[in-house]
Amino acid sequence: MEKLKSAMKNVNLPRLIILAFFLLIVALMGVYKLDVLSYLGSVIKYWGMWGILALAMVPSIQCGVGPNFGVSLGIVCGILSGLLAIEFDIAVKVDAILPGFGPWASIIFAIIVGAVIAWFVGVLYGMLLNRVKGDEMTVTTYVGYSAIYLMSIVWFTAPFTSGIIKWALGGKGVRNQINLNTSFGSVLYDAGGFTLFAKEGVTAGIYIPTGLIVFVLLMCFLVFIYMKTKTGKAITAAGSNPQFARASGINVDKMRIRGIALSTALGAIGIIIYAQGYGFIQAYTAPLSMGFQCVAAVLIGGATTRKAKISHVIIGTFLFQGLIIMTPPLSNVMLQGTDISDTMRQIIQNGVILYALTKAKGGVSSEE
Amino acid sequence: MKNKKLLSNVGSILFENKVLILFAVLCIFCISYSEVNVSYVSGELFTRLGRNACLVLSLIIPVLAGLGLNFGIVVGAIASQIAIFWVVHWGFTGITGFMLTALIATPLAIIFGILVGILYNKTKGSEMITGLVLGYFADGLYKLFVLYIIGGVIPFDDPNLLPRGFGLKNAFDLTGSLKYSLDDISLLEVVTVAAVIFVIAQIAIIIYKSVKKQALGLTKRIVGIVIAAVLGGVSFAVTSVVTTLETAIANGTGVPAIVNKLAPVCYKLDNLYGQTRLLLSDAIFLFGVVAAIVFAVKLVQALISKKSFTRPLAGMIAMVLIIVLAMIPAVNAVTASVRIPACTYAMIFVFCAINNWLLSTKLGQDMRTVGQNRAVATSAGINVNRTRIIAVCVSTVLAAWGQLIFLQNLGTFNTIQQQTNVGLYSIAALLVGGASVQKANNKQAVIGVILFHTLFVVAPLAATKLVGDSAISEYIRMFLSYGVIAAALAMHAWKKVKKKFGNDKKAEVK
Repeated sequence: MEKLKSAMKNVNLPRLIILAFFLLIVALMGVYKLDVLSYLGSVIKYWGMWGILALAMVPSIQCGVGPNFGVSLGIVCGILSGLLAIEFDIAVKVDAILPGFGPWASIIFAIIVGAVIAWFVGVLYGMLLNRVKGDEMTVTTYVGYSAIYLMSIVWFTAPFTSGIIKWALGGKGVRNQINLNTSFGSVLYDAGGFTLFAKEGVTAGIYIPTGLIVFVLLMCFLVFIYMKTKTGKAITAAGSNPQFARASGINVDKMRIRGIALSTALGAIGIIIYAQGYGFIQAYTAPLSMGFQCVAAVLIGGATTRKAKISHVIIGTFLFQGLIIMTPPLSNVMLQGTDISDTMRQIIQNGVILYALTKAKGGVSSEE
Repeated sequence: MKNKKLLSNVGSILFENKVLILFAVLCIFCISYSEVNVSYVSGELFTRLGRNACLVLSLIIPVLAGLGLNFGIVVGAIASQIAIFWVVHWGFTGITGFMLTALIATPLAIIFGILVGILYNKTKGSEMITGLVLGYFADGLYKLFVLYIIGGVIPFDDPNLLPRGFGLKNAFDLTGSLKYSLDDISLLEVVTVAAVIFVIAQIAIIIYKSVKKQALGLTKRIVGIVIAAVLGGVSFAVTSVVTTLETAIANGTGVPAIVNKLAPVCYKLDNLYGQTRLLLSDAIFLFGVVAAIVFAVKLVQALISKKSFTRPLAGMIAMVLIIVLAMIPAVNAVTASVRIPACTYAMIFVFCAINNWLLSTKLGQDMRTVGQNRAVATSAGINVNRTRIIAVCVSTVLAAWGQLIFLQNLGTFNTIQQQTNVGLYSIAALLVGGASVQKANNKQAVIGVILFHTLFVVAPLAATKLVGDSAISEYIRMFLSYGVIAAALAMHAWKKVKKKFGNDKKAEVK
């Protein structure tokens, strides 16, 4: 009986339920003769787009801050660097010198600049979070929201001159959606992509975006390696047992700041990768709920508010995006043209977070 | 020495009310910069005050019970909206419909409140983030209910409300059903009904106590009954005289001599206080006079029993000042252009009274104890979990009523999204009033609503003037709301950590 109880404790209920749900949906899609393979292709695309954003949760959870609802801070930095890449017209300028490398130069510029800005913002953010230990989740959520709206005001008044960025009429402020065709739109998505199992008249097949997958896995690997270094281990120690870490000479506050800065930088890179897959940079309030989606994804993957692994990111993002992508076509067929997916996403996403909160005994506060 | 003390006192008062002062300055700056018409602002403000105050007041009990800011009041709002669907569907209108909605919403809110309370008990220490996520979660379930279940699973046959056969239409119009159902009750009617209820309640208490052979306190009660009876009688007489005269004129019949004699006075009173909307200047005058009389009675009592009489005296002087201030032509020009719904404003007083009464009971004291220290509360024999659940329940029920009051004033609402930001705006308003995560009272709630909504009205105007485009308003408003909450939460957490470190240091010294 005791064994059963402890086994029950170890089972991650949400992951099981979501997995079962996902398989059910795939099976039902087969029953209704929908093109499962091509939808799986979309799932892979969205998995790649969301992967790094969800990866941003790992360092913040590991360093003891808990799920970083305020990843929006990193996201706005990423948007800013993406806009700068367009404003400076890097793609066209580099293309003139090295034909074909324009989009690559553009995305590399955006990633590096975004990551650097986000790292600095993250350090400041980490200093704030060190002063609010125990209430990080609430504070991060509202700081994240405030950042989105503050930046909305900035976008609205920003003096960009590029015709792609500013409104066609009026000529001031940033558009809602900025087209990335002329800069780094789908550069990773197209790189080395190929289609599997395509059959005329039966299925469009799975599109495998090799470049995107490789990049996401590379970032995962880099974070994995970083967490295995001395610094990474110190970050984990600071998160899992601060008192012990302090006793063994680790500067807990400094490690937390590093974790948060890394998380914020990953958020900036994540939104650039997301935008290149989406084809547009979405300014203003579009990234508002992204933090919640990332948190839900890693939690579905099996993370808790105290512990997260790279595998949680990979599995969780796939399952969560799988549900979001697969439900609309299915509910369209089953429920006569109504799209239940957004409502369902809201319920699943927040239900999973609530479940994780009830499991986190005494909140994420690690300084009790 | 004395000067120094005074100075530090003033300093600490300023510091304690820093948020409030900051917002007041911001409001004044925005008003003067945007050069907006003051009567327009005050008109908007008093509409918003009547609408929102009750929702904000529903937040106070959980704060004192140590649950922090209850982001879960969204659930109460949902209960109220579900009740509205059925009441409108059944075709009830006016105050009957309003009462019925409240009657249906209350048990729903209690059930929801218990569930939320159980959830909060499982996540002690992180109630606020739980409440926030819960709000979104409940929002999702509510959407599922409104868009698919109603009419789809639960039979609901109403082509006006469900054009597709399932799923309510997006804009829910209350015109002709519940719109202004509470606002349209005049002050005289409120006084009549309140007097009747008061007299019945007092008589019931007297009977109950004499059966149980407890102390009656008869003189006090009889004085109360007489005053209530006089007030109720006068207001009833005024309304009935006016209606008799009007029907008589319409039918061309005669009226009794007594009615004719009373008519001029009654018409005057009816013009002042019998309208569905009370003129703000009249309301201020009436409030000032009544409050001054109450303070005068207290002053006499204090003088007789030889207690400190500074507070009642100060109150009386303040009321007289308010009346005089309201008579200044510049002020009067503004107050005479604003009309307020009497009954809705009376509800604000009722909500304040409910909060105060509850906190004065044994249960309320338990809540405060639980809020201050759960361990102490447990050792004092208080059932902490139960107390917390009750606190959440009360808050949810008040929020449901508050949302009902809000919606009947608004008239139309977005079926799917109306409740989403209820918690956000209410909590931001409460914090602006100077409340914190651990301390809040009625006064802060009302002041908070006034300041927050003034800024809500004028900040976008000022920003529009600055940028030259009105589309920025929404971002300004949302940034204000979120920013206020983020800052308040960060400050609270900061203080908490500091305190803990302070204690650690003290322990080390020992």
